Amino acid sequence: MRIDGKGIIDRTKPLHFRFDGREYPAFRGDTVASALLANGVRLVGRSFKYHRPRGILTAGSEEPNALVEVFGKTNQTPNVRATVQEVFNGLAARSQNRMGSLRFDLLAVNDLVSPFLSAGFYYKTFMWPRAFWEKLYEPLIRRAAGLGSLSGKHDEGTYEKAFAFCDLLVIGAGPAGLMAALVAARAGADVILADENPLLGGRLLSDGGMIGNEPAAIWVAGVEAELRSLPNVRIMTRTSVTGAYDGGTYGALERVGLHKSARSNLPRECFWRIVAGRAILASGAMERPIAFPMNDRPGVMMASAVRTYLNRYGVATGRRVVLFANNDAARALARDLMAAGVQVAAIIDPRPDASSLEDCPVHLGAEVVGTRGRHGLREITVRKGGDEFRIESDCLAMSGGWNPTLHLTCHLNGRPRWSDDLAAFVPMDAAVPGLVAVGAANGSMSTHGALTTGKAAAEAALKALGKKAAQVALPASEDAPYRITPLWAVEGKGRAWLDFANDVTTKDVRLAARENYASVEHMKRYTTQGMAPDQGKNSNVGALAVLADATGRSIPETGVTTFRPPFVPVSIASMGAGGKGAGFAPQRFLTSDQASRDRGAPMIEAGLWYRPSYFPKPGETTWREACDREVLMVRGAVGVADVSTLGKIDIQGRDAAKFLDFVYTNTFSTLPVGRVRYGLMLREDGHVLDDGTTARLGDTHFLMTTTTAAAGLVMRHLDFVHQAFCADWQVRFISVTEAWAQFAVAGPKARMLLNSLLEAPVDLPFMGVAPVQVGGVLGRLFRISFSGEEGYEIAVPTRYGETLFRDLLARAETTGGGPYGMEALNILRIEKGFITHAEIHGRVTAFDIGMEKMISARKDCIGKAAATRPGLLGPDREQLVGLKAGSAMTAGAHLFTPGETVERENDQGYVTSVGWSPVIGAWLGLGFLRDGRARHGQQVRLVDHLRGMDILCEVCDPVFHDPEGGKLRA
Amino acid sequence: MPELIAKAALEQAPLTKAGVTLAAVEIGPITSVAVLPGGAKAVAKALKPLGLSFPAPNTWAAKGAARIVWTGRDQAFLMGVVPPTLDGVAVTDQSDGWAGLSLSGPGAEAALARLVALDLRAAAFPIGSAARVGLNHMSMVLLRVAEEAFEIYVFRSMARTAWHELAEVLDRLEARAALKA
Repeated sequence: MRIDGKGIIDRTKPLHFRFDGREYPAFRGDTVASALLANGVRLVGRSFKYHRPRGILTAGSEEPNALVEVFGKTNQTPNVRATVQEVFNGLAARSQNRMGSLRFDLLAVNDLVSPFLSAGFYYKTFMWPRAFWEKLYEPLIRRAAGLGSLSGKHDEGTYEKAFAFCDLLVIGAGPAGLMAALVAARAGADVILADENPLLGGRLLSDGGMIGNEPAAIWVAGVEAELRSLPNVRIMTRTSVTGAYDGGTYGALERVGLHKSARSNLPRECFWRIVAGRAILASGAMERPIAFPMNDRPGVMMASAVRTYLNRYGVATGRRVVLFANNDAARALARDLMAAGVQVAAIIDPRPDASSLEDCPVHLGAEVVGTRGRHGLREITVRKGGDEFRIESDCLAMSGGWNPTLHLTCHLNGRPRWSDDLAAFVPMDAAVPGLVAVGAANGSMSTHGALTTGKAAAEAALKALGKKAAQVALPASEDAPYRITPLWAVEGKGRAWLDFANDVTTKDVRLAARENYASVEHMKRYTTQGMAPDQGKNSNVGALAVLADATGRSIPETGVTTFRPPFVPVSIASMGAGGKGAGFAPQRFLTSDQASRDRGAPMIEAGLWYRPSYFPKPGETTWREACDREVLMVRGAVGVADVSTLGKIDIQGRDAAKFLDFVYTNTFSTLPVGRVRYGLMLREDGHVLDDGTTARLGDTHFLMTTTTAAAGLVMRHLDFVHQAFCADWQVRFISVTEAWAQFAVAGPKARMLLNSLLEAPVDLPFMGVAPVQVGGVLGRLFRISFSGEEGYEIAVPTRYGETLFRDLLARAETTGGGPYGMEALNILRIEKGFITHAEIHGRVTAFDIGMEKMISARKDCIGKAAATRPGLLGPDREQLVGLKAGSAMTAGAHLFTPGETVERENDQGYVTSVGWSPVIGAWLGLGFLRDGRARHGQQVRLVDHLRGMDILCEVCDPVFHDPEGGKLRA
Repeated sequence: MPELIAKAALEQAPLTKAGVTLAAVEIGPITSVAVLPGGAKAVAKALKPLGLSFPAPNTWAAKGAARIVWTGRDQAFLMGVVPPTLDGVAVTDQSDGWAGLSLSGPGAEAALARLVALDLRAAAFPIGSAARVGLNHMSMVLLRVAEEAFEIYVFRSMARTAWHELAEVLDRLEARAALKA
């Protein structure tokens, strides 16, 4: 219930939200958790394994219990921490991990059989019979596993990724962080101050107190105002720093729009990568629970959380509160509660020598040994000396002490150090280079300690950054000693929970130790301790203390499990922001793109490019009809295709020819100016890298063409060869792929078409190149052919590409020609036996494709030596062959000798490309067949289990059309 | 005789959102100047009449309409002018290979921070800086041309994606600004 006059929520801004279908009022500044507590709702979820009723334990991002599903118009987000989610008008949340209603969860039956569900249950139970695993056990376990549920739909929300750079990153805006940021900001350093909360202040928001003779809130407001006025400070609220990485890089998740109803273009979250010269970790500490029997009932909460709900949200979490704490610091809660008029039924302190100077019953040397209340705490049982007695209570605030929030210091494999004084782990110095922990994160538990260490760390960071610190006065503040006597677990009847999220009890940890899972890493995996969404933030230290006790070792000897990023759960959507769907890669568009789409061509992806698949004509109902027509059109008249996607590399210099001789297997230094030569390129390991044509434009000037697929790869290869082997040669090269629009004009009427276009008639031998004038623009004309017909490629600067393409099509159509797409282009080249990366897929050699003679004997080249290694030559190799059949074939099918059984051992090869040839009137294919060149004329069996195909086909030479090449030389 | 019409890489009208203006840039001729071994002196001499010198890594300089931008080892792009006769270098026309975009206004740096993993604070990337760096998934040549203005050159075929991604960034920045107001 709310307490008048308490809290920093905005009572002038009432809000409403729904939880499990019921509407509740709230105020601006409330979290779902604080609003539920204000409305007296204690039961908010069911535990993972036993489906026990669970309430709100904490008031921060470490919450293990109060995980809910939040619904938006297009989103359903599971496992949202009610303690973090801010209320906005219209928010709809739902409890999760239940079957039926939250109060009457059918799976609560698990709790009754809990004696059988101990640690290692799955490992022990689902071993036999083996056949049951897949059909019965796994589906059952999968259905029961997990907490929240997904909608199964795409997340259509907006997400963002961003980069930030600063001199100093301050993580946490409590007293230590604020002080550090202030010192660095006044010195002129670029400061980023990040905090998980929507407000600055950290624990000061919950604990109040005085700083420099004024209420802490006034001090915080003053520092905030100054920081916000400085241009060199960036304050990032609602931002959790999630990980520390190499080179001073930190990951951070900003909740940009999650506290508002969805609005268009507003990111839900932003995943930041922050690169900082220095970093200060001022993340404070987390209070830890005590493992006493039946400590998991709704109403059992962390003392610090009770204090937060009281002082920050103006909410009393109970009418009769009991405090169970082993340290002095927690006593402040009792005083705050009483001052606010909330009854403190008792203080239970296990320390016999602790103070009893509170205005309520104080039981020293006492422990809580039991609780009652089905859906919420009603009564507790206390043991003192030999006596046990009961206290009526609806809220038990517990404090087992504080663990410094040191996670980030361990992200580069550092391990923390045990401090006996604090009964806690503290960070090792310099575990993350450039990162220093201060304040409670480093074990300085008082406000004075936070301010002092924050100031000192900022001054040290400024010195390291080469900046001079300005004088900043240290305000006076509370410096009470932190007195604690460790209490990890209380013996008694009933289960005592450690990990509330994963339902791990002290009994489970002891059982693990007994069954020899005594290493902390083994215990973790055996019991699932610390493996829930909270990653054991509340429970890991307690669990290893119990393990240490069970194995007779000290806590530092037992050690901790590995701390890994992220510190809080990070949605995959935020890390993948900008990469969803079409955002996955840039789209590359040809100058002919619009003209192709205007003609109804379906565009297909070729690498990042979009190329026309075929150009349908009225009356054509399938792609095959269009493709067949386009093939016959090229063979009978003229076809035009955009081939600008092929890689083009401009190579210049006195040593350019020498360089080409080195990267190609064949010789280019002998190529005359004005001529083009086909070239084959090997990788260093002797396998084929790429093929293409290279034209000699001048004595020291070449233009290389690569395949579309390998354009970037070849550029990288050339860079590598140049830099690694011949950096001093007189050669320079640069990609000109994008600078030229290039169109293939192929067919018996190709020359006629070009003559109508060019300012001078075409006079080029096969494999010739010449500059041409087209419409007053200087272009290039190549006589090369990928179709087997008399073929040309005309290139103009890209800006003219679209009009030239439209012009070429218009001219072609007057003579029975027109555009052809990728499908026809593929059939044309299969008919000619021309290879693409379907064939030179990275595992074939020049020998395999019948081109070993292209490896010049008179010179060295990249890959030459490796290509002669044993096993890369000879009849055992699968060699390129043509395949012919009367019925359809499939690429990817495997080849077998007829009569042999179809099994891997008898595999003779595979098919790489297939298509129906309207010219030959048969299905043609290219493939690789063991000793294939010696098997022309034989039959092979083609089997494709995937598509249910099993046919016989004929092995033949891969060149089906015009094997003498008369047509392309015409 | 065909009539060839020159088309711009980007035909979008300028867009202003969240205090940032995104616009297409027509810079004129772009020529790659790659210095061959031993060619540095000849290049320096040839560039002198333009009032330019070969740029140091990650910088660019301008004189009148002429600009020279470092684009790689021993490589620079001469922009905005027809190149003079140059010895000791490989000269390659790049005019049609690139699409230019400009991003200007107080939020330009914040906009780029969504797509560029580079420290663009004025101290680290002052006016006169140039970099070859990623723009989300594509590569670009990035220039700081003023305190609050950048120019971006991307492969011409990717211009639409570049525009689209930058426009989306501005949409998000605008939505963020509305949240604060």
